[in-house]
Amino acid sequence: MTRLVSIVLFLALWQIGARLLGPHYLPEPVAVAGAMIAEARSGELAFNLGMTLARVLASFSLAMVLGSALGVALGRLPRLDRLVDPWVVILLNIPALVVIMFAYIWGGLNEVSALAAIALNKLPNAVVTLREGARALDPALDEMAQVFAFSRARRWRHVVAPQLAPFFAAAARSGLALVWKIALVVELLGRPNGVGFKMNEAFQLFDLKLLLAYALPFVALMMLVESFVLRPAEQAASWWRRNGA
Amino acid sequence: MELEIDIARKAFRLAGGGERLVFDHFALRIPEGATVALLGPSGCGKSSLLRIIAGLDRDFSGAVHGAPQRIGVAFQEPRLLPWRSVADNLRLAAPHLDNSALNALLMAFELEGRGADYPGQLSLGLARRVALARAFAVEPELLLLDEPFASLDRALHLRLRALLTQRIGATTTTTLIATHDLDDALLLADEIIFLEPGPARIRGRLPIVTPRGQRDEILTKIRASAMIYYVMDAPGNGNQEDAS
Repeated sequence: MTRLVSIVLFLALWQIGARLLGPHYLPEPVAVAGAMIAEARSGELAFNLGMTLARVLASFSLAMVLGSALGVALGRLPRLDRLVDPWVVILLNIPALVVIMFAYIWGGLNEVSALAAIALNKLPNAVVTLREGARALDPALDEMAQVFAFSRARRWRHVVAPQLAPFFAAAARSGLALVWKIALVVELLGRPNGVGFKMNEAFQLFDLKLLLAYALPFVALMMLVESFVLRPAEQAASWWRRNGA
Repeated sequence: MELEIDIARKAFRLAGGGERLVFDHFALRIPEGATVALLGPSGCGKSSLLRIIAGLDRDFSGAVHGAPQRIGVAFQEPRLLPWRSVADNLRLAAPHLDNSALNALLMAFELEGRGADYPGQLSLGLARRVALARAFAVEPELLLLDEPFASLDRALHLRLRALLTQRIGATTTTTLIATHDLDDALLLADEIIFLEPGPARIRGRLPIVTPRGQRDEILTKIRASAMIYYVMDAPGNGNQEDAS
């Protein structure tokens, strides 16, 4: 209910702002809705949203898998960590834009470079979070598994993975927000389709209606993924904490 | 096979630099099938000894011979997997358990109906029982119990001790129990090994011939016989050593 009021209030403020500033600075909600419907009818909206979503999911999965594996390895092997840690810090602090440009220059303006650039921006973030998780593994449970001769597979599945799950979920949640923002920049700089590409087009034409017609559905889509996929997954990862004392 | 423990030297590095010598030319023989209590004040090396026998601590000079493959350990803290149910905790340690064996095990440790519970839902007393059940479940050739009644209130302590006395009476497994409580040792073990700290030394060994079931009545008498070796745990003394 409060959420609904909040949304209505937002639309009202937008309407008032649009009236005050005029259509060159802020188009009215109705005009944006019109542009959105026009794009949807032509199939452009669905196609570009789909392209961006596909890029987000592919690079997100890639970064999570590689980043988790590397993060766990670094958390478990202090010597490797000392060797690799400076690289992780550098990668964490390189501006996203620089990574993207290098990816395009080295790999060419293609899909592989685009995905690599997005994934590489998310990677250090996943590494750092999962490294924390691997460092926080309980040695007492490790000893228990050793004494009772747990096999390697059993140890991973029943002892290690449940301890890492909350860290993985946290990395996933913060990661998605980062990845979709970077995906738009990657598309803007070097892809012939996707939400980022359309936004660039709208910007060139000073078409604010078109800009918002793409921005709003995309934000809504990401919010849906966040609240219906990632947040429940994060809660599921630590259900046993609430299930008891 | 007899358990032969020879520790030439074992020391712990202290946080502030320096080290604390726990074992210095320490030797101990445990005959097969015996139930032995290691009795001594906190910090005298009982837990360290169990960890060395279990193969968890290899940072010492010396050797342990005759330690079998299948060892059942009950740690001082229950160390259950909080994300797995009681039944799964037992099955993960002992995959051979079928349902009827599992139920019999739960029954034996007075855990009927608790199989589906998660460790977070259990009191410490119950969690301890699950940990003990797990140690017995693997059908061990050697049982190591580290302070099985630590942090329990008096009533729970007595109840769990009675339960454990039964369970130990029902097996022929070599069993080592670390405890600082004389009565625990007198009621559970066939033989008490009195340890004194810094570095650990065996002060004496006291065999107890009275069958377990009859010890309760003559506890005062056998307690008196143990007094030649027993050093009271001075209040606060042992714990300070633990912290160091």
